[in-house]
Amino acid sequence: MSEFFNALLRFRRGPWEMVASVLIAIGVIMLMQPYALWAFTYSFVVTLVGTVMFIIVSHFPE
Amino acid sequence: MERAARATPAGVARKIKGLSDRAIAWIFIAPTVFLLLAVNIFPLIWTIQLSFTNYRANRPNAEVKWIGTRNYERILTDGDIWLTMQATAHFLFWTLLLQVLIGFALAWLINRKFKGNDLWTTIIVLPMMLSPAVVGNFWTFLYQPQIGLFNYAVAFFTGADVTSFSMIGDKALAPWAIIIVDTWMWTPFVMLICLAGLRSIPDSIYEAAECDRASKWRQFWTITVPMVLPFLMLAVLFRGIENFKMFDLVVQLTGGGPGNTTTLTSIDLKREAFEKWRTGYSSAYAIILFVTVFGLASIYVKALNKVKER
Repeated sequence: MSEFFNALLRFRRGPWEMVASVLIAIGVIMLMQPYALWAFTYSFVVTLVGTVMFIIVSHFPE
Repeated sequence: MERAARATPAGVARKIKGLSDRAIAWIFIAPTVFLLLAVNIFPLIWTIQLSFTNYRANRPNAEVKWIGTRNYERILTDGDIWLTMQATAHFLFWTLLLQVLIGFALAWLINRKFKGNDLWTTIIVLPMMLSPAVVGNFWTFLYQPQIGLFNYAVAFFTGADVTSFSMIGDKALAPWAIIIVDTWMWTPFVMLICLAGLRSIPDSIYEAAECDRASKWRQFWTITVPMVLPFLMLAVLFRGIENFKMFDLVVQLTGGGPGNTTTLTSIDLKREAFEKWRTGYSSAYAIILFVTVFGLASIYVKALNKVKER
């Protein structure tokens, strides 16, 4: 776990891509879930942040 | 009459002579880059800009106001659009699941050599070659409660009354009606990709497994499935993106009804853009869908690369 956070602090691609992927997945689930309208409302922001983050961090070193 | 190849005109040759390899490479790819910018990037940027305005394409002379993120706020607080997203999620989940399971099973069966193998392959891939408009039209007839073959087949197997249910007229059954048709039409596509994967596995691996006395079940889970997985994931990616923008087949079959039960996001988007003419609003709607598909495709391609590396 500490290795993961160390890699995050050193701006390594792997863990940052993981964070971005999780954000995108959460955003899509929020967009399509049938339970809470507030989750649907904030889904786009979450997906957008995740997608932009993914584009940026995929240029980080391995 | 035979024609000989003509040499580059002297004037052009003189001009090119002074250029570096890099410059010549740029000259060759410039038309493609220009086309991509004109056909892909420019409309995308324009759509993003329109999504922040109240522009309506049917009122070209009306004043266009910058309204900030109001279009996005309206869409993301609209209960009807939320229901449309749920209908799309239901359609996506079940079509992908059924197509992967049936497509892989068919590929596994077709991969075994038997008499009439080629004929069966041709018959199975036939639905994929038809136009969605044609498929939608004849499945509408198949689903007819009085004369439709589908109702008779269900009645034969379940003992239910033939006219007691209507696949495209019932709110509970209509979402399943479009799932059945899409699965019928596109399972052959998944099957073909899986078949390519299965045929790429060398026999020597199975022979080595036989020597190690691995059971057929173990061979399936430790050789077949891992080696077909990248192909299967590729099929899911293609079908997922295609089904997210599914339009023609569903419009032809149910028109989005009954009520809004089969109104998928692309159908809703088309209504907003070209029936209600809310161009700015529908641009924001399109951007939301674009970001969702783009984000999903990004993480999916990353997962696919990881599987390939193994």
